[in-house]
Amino acid sequence: MAKVLEMRGITKQFPRVLANDHVYFDLEHGEIHALVGENGSGKSTLMSILYGLYQKDAGEIIVRGQHVEITEPRRAIDLRIGMVFQHFMLVEPLTVAENIVLGSEIRKGPFLDYKKMIAEVRRLSEEYGLQIDPEAKIADLSVGLQQRVEILKALYRGAEILILDEPTAVLTPQEVDDLIQVLRNLKAKGTSIVFITHKIKEVLAVSDRVSVLRRGRKIGTKLTSDTNEQELAEMMVGRVVLLQVEKGSAQPGPEVLRLEGVSVKDQFGQVKVNNVNLSVRSGEVLGIAGVEGNGQSELVEAIAGLRRVSGGKIYLSGQDITGWSPLRIRRAGFGFVPEDRHRRGLVLDYSVADNLILGIHGSKPFVTSAGLRNQGKIGEYAEELIAEYDVRPPVANQAVRNLSGGNQQKVVVAREFAQNPDLLICSQPTRGVDVGAIEFIHKQVIAQRDRGAAVLLVSAELDEVLSLSDRVAVMYNGEIVSVMPIEEATEHKLGFLMLGGRLEDYQAGEVSGSAGQS
Amino acid sequence: MGDILAMLFNTTVFAAAFRMATPLIFAALGGILSERSGVVNIALEGMMLIGSFTAMLVTYLTGMPWVGVLGAMAAGGLIGLIHAVFCVRYRANQVVTGTAINIFAGGLTVFLLRHFFQVAGTSPAVTVIPDITLPILSKIPWIDRILGRQNPLVYLALVAVAVVHVVIYRTTWGLRLRAVGEHPQAADTVGVNVFRMRYIAVVLSGALAGLGGTYLSIAHLSRFSEGMTAGRGFIALAAVIFGKWTPLGALGACLFFGYGDALQMRLQDIGIPTQFMNMLPYVLTMVALAGFIGRAVGPKAAGEPYIKG
Repeated sequence: MAKVLEMRGITKQFPRVLANDHVYFDLEHGEIHALVGENGSGKSTLMSILYGLYQKDAGEIIVRGQHVEITEPRRAIDLRIGMVFQHFMLVEPLTVAENIVLGSEIRKGPFLDYKKMIAEVRRLSEEYGLQIDPEAKIADLSVGLQQRVEILKALYRGAEILILDEPTAVLTPQEVDDLIQVLRNLKAKGTSIVFITHKIKEVLAVSDRVSVLRRGRKIGTKLTSDTNEQELAEMMVGRVVLLQVEKGSAQPGPEVLRLEGVSVKDQFGQVKVNNVNLSVRSGEVLGIAGVEGNGQSELVEAIAGLRRVSGGKIYLSGQDITGWSPLRIRRAGFGFVPEDRHRRGLVLDYSVADNLILGIHGSKPFVTSAGLRNQGKIGEYAEELIAEYDVRPPVANQAVRNLSGGNQQKVVVAREFAQNPDLLICSQPTRGVDVGAIEFIHKQVIAQRDRGAAVLLVSAELDEVLSLSDRVAVMYNGEIVSVMPIEEATEHKLGFLMLGGRLEDYQAGEVSGSAGQS
Repeated sequence: MGDILAMLFNTTVFAAAFRMATPLIFAALGGILSERSGVVNIALEGMMLIGSFTAMLVTYLTGMPWVGVLGAMAAGGLIGLIHAVFCVRYRANQVVTGTAINIFAGGLTVFLLRHFFQVAGTSPAVTVIPDITLPILSKIPWIDRILGRQNPLVYLALVAVAVVHVVIYRTTWGLRLRAVGEHPQAADTVGVNVFRMRYIAVVLSGALAGLGGTYLSIAHLSRFSEGMTAGRGFIALAAVIFGKWTPLGALGACLFFGYGDALQMRLQDIGIPTQFMNMLPYVLTMVALAGFIGRAVGPKAAGEPYIKG
């Protein structure tokens, strides 16, 4: 196969880090080449250089055999290189068609030719099997559809080399499956694709080759068929990684959390959680599996006191905490790792130290008897947690905003776990977190369980639910449709229930399925 | 009671409403262009004032009011350019820059008035743009008493609304304008020059505000007086928000405010204090904004300087 792209000896120095250190990368015609590495390993930088957003300090870029200098995105577009960013570059109040043509409009004199624009977008979307309504407003589309618009934007500009920067980070598992299908279609039509990710499963599912970066350096390139999860994880992290959590069997104690007929409505009065009964005991992890948007977030926020329940009772260690304020619930022995660390978990512009004491900042020893902050104690406490939870870089007074996603998450985890709560809710605890940090956080969750905490885990990653939980509940359409011990849970069974299937039907299907085989 | 109703729906009041709305419409259109590009233009007031003064001065010097109009637009555009250089190039705070321009415009016009005419307060009288009768509108009953005979600038304002509407929603330039005000980085990554778009929009904004000022000094009255815009730039700004950053919406808001202004002159006769009526546009804006919370959302990037890369 012919090489459509070669990047040789790419070097990029940022003020404090060497983001790319003599990196070699190539792309063959019609292949999907995964570019993987932990956060901050330089994948995005490398591709931003290719798209003209950053200028390289050294190295050369060869596109279809020609040496090129890509000084701005316009130049990359001319070279038929398209990029789909992790944070979409879409103008929300504009329509799909308007976003797609922006900058390369179809015009009649100074006027936009809306008819032709819409027809062209229709044609493209049919050609590549990317169904979309050209006249819909971006703001009204789901994240998955918005990403589709981004891909169409690149294709409209004639992209033959398509770069996707962490395309799955914002997608639900179903949307990820759709995207993988789309990428296969594009590949079949001769598009060459660079797929940036840090999720190894996706690499194995979609790519032909995979290149691994670590701290700005290229570690290696492999044929996907010649490698496996374990090897890639080790290449990324630089040491042996345990992908499976090591844990002993649970020793459940007394009941800590009890939900009795809990219902929750959203701000529009829609019932999001419907009559949920659930119980979590000390020393066990109860995992809630479910497609996102089936009420998990609302349920968890209701327990945390962030959302009012419209019916039912919540008991924490026997006390009725329904309607309590979040602070009072926390003080009663509750720790919470929220699903969106930026919105709920951290104050991004505060220092690591200040984030570590949020919620307990008003109590001793962080406040002196005169009511002032006790900087010394705050610093000591922060240093301790930073060491214990391996937050990198280990600097207490820098803003949390400057940390990688994995280290930001470790700050949240450290704050919540260090209080040794009786009840711990972890909502998407490893979202947007790299392999090394996932391993660490998983270990900590099990350590909390073994200490005697009741852990309620909500995750869209089935793997995570299956590897951490002692019991699994499936949530669908606001209801807990099934609770089973981990021994009875399989990926296939959970997937079936998550999509609204009934347990009876599944069991019936199993029976007839195996009968058919034999 | 019948008297009040008759007054509320009086064609003379309606005609006056269009006249009072005219300077607001031009300035509001200017505000829309600027804010749509992502630059908050609180300097409309100062730009109008300088437009008023320049229109008077150029008309005084040439004797030709239409040349005065061009002069006012050029002066307003120049102030717009200054605003743009500070806000786009040097990324100054847009509200502070706008406020500075307003204060500067107040001082400059007073200074120039004394410099050229050795008078304080009011300039000598100049030629005005005369009213015209529109052949078609003046044949339609009822309408003719409102819009049959008006100042050309009144008609021009209505035409300008249509033009700006078409430009924003139907042209390539308008699409790019909306994009740079909402998500400049998105526009940049597809090759739209954010800085150039903003410069052009803010200069046009100044020219339109200057045109609005023109109406006050060489159409509505025949002279310039110190501080004659009397907060109209801010009312225009309120109209921009009230009209949700759309030309047609802003037209409606301006006509509404103009109507209030026209009514106020009548209401004085029945003992409602002027000051109360003068408050009306602001009170209405606050009420409207409170009622429309979440709906009156402006361009997302308005007020934020764009930093490349």
